[in-house]
This record gives sequence, structure tokens and C-alpha cells, in this order.
Amino acid sequence: MTVKHPLTAPLIKENPVTLSVLGICSALAITNSLTSSLIMSVALTTVLVVSNVTISLVRNLLPPSVRLIVQITVIASAVTVIDQFLKAYLPEAASRLTVYVALIITNCIVLGRAEACAMKENVGTSILDALGNGFGYSLILIIVAFTRELLGRGSLMGYQIFEPASQGGWFPENALVMLAPSAFFIIGVLVWAIRVWIPEQCEKPDFEPMPLPKREER
Amino acid sequence: MEGFLDIFFRAVFLENLALAYFLGMCTFLAVSKQVKTTIGLGVAVIVVEGLSVPLNSLIYNGLLRQGALAWAGLGDMDFTYLGLLSQIAVIAAMVQVLEITLHRFFPTLYHALGIFLPLITVNCAILGGSLFMVQRDYGFVESVSYGLGAGFGWALAVVALAGLREKMRYSDIPEGLQGLGIAFITTGMLSLGFMGIAGIRL
Repeated sequence: MTVKHPLTAPLIKENPVTLSVLGICSALAITNSLTSSLIMSVALTTVLVVSNVTISLVRNLLPPSVRLIVQITVIASAVTVIDQFLKAYLPEAASRLTVYVALIITNCIVLGRAEACAMKENVGTSILDALGNGFGYSLILIIVAFTRELLGRGSLMGYQIFEPASQGGWFPENALVMLAPSAFFIIGVLVWAIRVWIPEQCEKPDFEPMPLPKREER
Repeated sequence: MEGFLDIFFRAVFLENLALAYFLGMCTFLAVSKQVKTTIGLGVAVIVVEGLSVPLNSLIYNGLLRQGALAWAGLGDMDFTYLGLLSQIAVIAAMVQVLEITLHRFFPTLYHALGIFLPLITVNCAILGGSLFMVQRDYGFVESVSYGLGAGFGWALAVVALAGLREKMRYSDIPEGLQGLGIAFITTGMLSLGFMGIAGIRL
């Protein structure tokens, strides 16, 4: 394994969100504004780095039977720090993110990387792996949030890009894009786009229709 | 009584944890291929949610909240920052106890739930239920009805999605959309359907 691999592979090729379906809870919920998505991305990447480094440091001292409890405790402590930090310094953003910062604890990416990488690799690889997966998650979040905020409100990070129709402009705001279902649609289409680009990720259908007999055999 | 029914129905339909707040999505999409398995998972979620939310409510209101420890001479101490740690610990411990109890007294149920019980510890729907309980300031009785409603709503959504996906096995889906892609889009449609009930109050 080269040094580059753990940092770049999770961006698109092994993206935690679109390939292994991890951590989508928060990826969907807070993507109706680009600002919250950016804060969430930074928060998750920080937690991921802290937990991966800590667990990688103690990996040889951990008996396998209690490793899950230790991992969860490390993650929960890191999340508590981030949560308190946001509440103290960015109270407005924290109130918009509501419970989703706290839910980083149960974000499967964090526990998944702790189990799959930090328990096996040294600290250096673990940091790169954490950064790579954090960026992969952030990439999806930013793409979805960009689409939703631009189409829904005609703005990006709160700045008006298109003049909305309600204020005499030309852009009709789309309330549906701000609601929950459209996040599912956008990620679905995103998964489709990535799989058209990288066909090896396609899943086999569960059921294949019987091939029709050729004309001359009928 | 009406207030509690209202909380229950809102938690099932309007504020459905899976379809409106996107909680427990990882398990939701990974498991929803067969109706049979999702029923087992659904029951497990209802049980754990129905027990963990009231339990966390007791701990939060009785020990952690500001001024809760006044009887011990810790008048205005605020332990809410320990909330996250205590909630996840309660859930993990409860799932473990539940597993042991079921194994001892209800072996059939234990085998039916199988692998799902331990997995529920890291299901965000469970932790999310407790966090919403804290955020909305529910009392003990309210938290019982909220926990049961939230669990039931999640179970309903996952069974419905599994039913749809079973039907879709025979559909001609474009290659790249096969599996995960179409599951996302179907969930979106389902979520749209649940939103149609918005505005109903008991």
C-alpha cells in the first residue's frame, strides 16, 4: 500500500457514503444549507482524526472483548468536546444543527474507520485514512448542499445568487428541494452518476429475466 | 391522555425518525431487502426505543439537569455536558442486558432478533430518540409515548420500504441505479407519501 492510497481512495472510488452506505443520516439531514454542511464536515473530520489517532495509539493495549466500549467512549468524548465548542462559539450554527452534531457518535463512518483502520494500522496511516474518509464524506455533503440551497432558495451560504421570484426576481424558489425527500433523490442520482463513471461499483440484479429465444429457434 | 396520543402519532407519521429526520439510515438501507428480516429488526427497535428513551429521561431529569442534584447539596451544578456519554452508555448497557434477559427467558424471540440486537447500539435512531426527548423537554410519561411512537414509526417505514424493494426485484432498472441508487429514490418517494399526512392533529 502506498502512502497516497488511504488519503485519495475514499474520495470517490471508495467513498464511505456512496459505496459503503455509511453515515448517511447526517449527510441527508443538514444539507439544506451550505453553511451547516461545511460546519458538519469540519466537525466530523475532526472527530474522525481524533478518534482514529487515539485508538491507533492504544490499539495494542486493547483486549478484543472490550474494544467496542472503548472505541465508543473515545468517540463520545471527542463529540462532546466539539458539541460544547460549537455551543460556546457558534451558538447560531449549533442551534441549526440541533441533534446532528451529537449524532456523530453513532455515525457509522467513525466507528467503521476505528474498527477497520485504526485497530490495525500505525498512527500515520490512521491520520491519512481519517482525513481521506472525512473529505470523502464532506465532498458528498457539499455537492448535495450546493444543489439544494441553490435550487431551493437561489442562494449559497446565505448570499443571494439568483433573484428569487418572491422579491420580484426571475428565479422561482422550489420549496420541495428544501424538504426531506429531495435529499434522497439527489443522493440517489449521485450514486447513479458515480456508478456510470465507475461501472465496477454496480450491484448485480437479484433477478434476471429469462433470455428470449432467438427468432429462428421459435 | 390526548396529549400523549398526539405525541405518539406525531412520532409515527409526521416526525418519523427515518423518513423526516433521516435517522438510522445505514441499517435502514442495508437491511430492507426482505420483509421477513425487517419485521424482526422493527420489533427490536420498538423494544429498545420504548425502554431507552424513558430510562434516559429519568437519568437526565433526575441527575444531570441543572439543579437536579439540589438534595445532595449540589444546588446549581449543571451536568448536561455529560448527557451524550451517559445516553450512549445507557443504550449500550441496556442492549446488553436485554440480550442476556431474552436469551435466558425468551429464547425464541432472542433467535428471531438474532444479529440485530447488538447492532442497534450504534443505530442513530435510538440515540436520536433520546436526544430529541432532551431537546423537546418531555417528562417521563411523555417520553414513554414518544419512545414507543418513534420506534413504531421507524419499524413501519423499514417494513414498507422492504415491501417495495421486494416488488422491485422484477423491475427493469438501469444498471448503475440497481440496488443502492433505486433504494434511495424509493425512500424519497415513501418520505413524500408520509409528508402528505402533515397537518393532522389529534
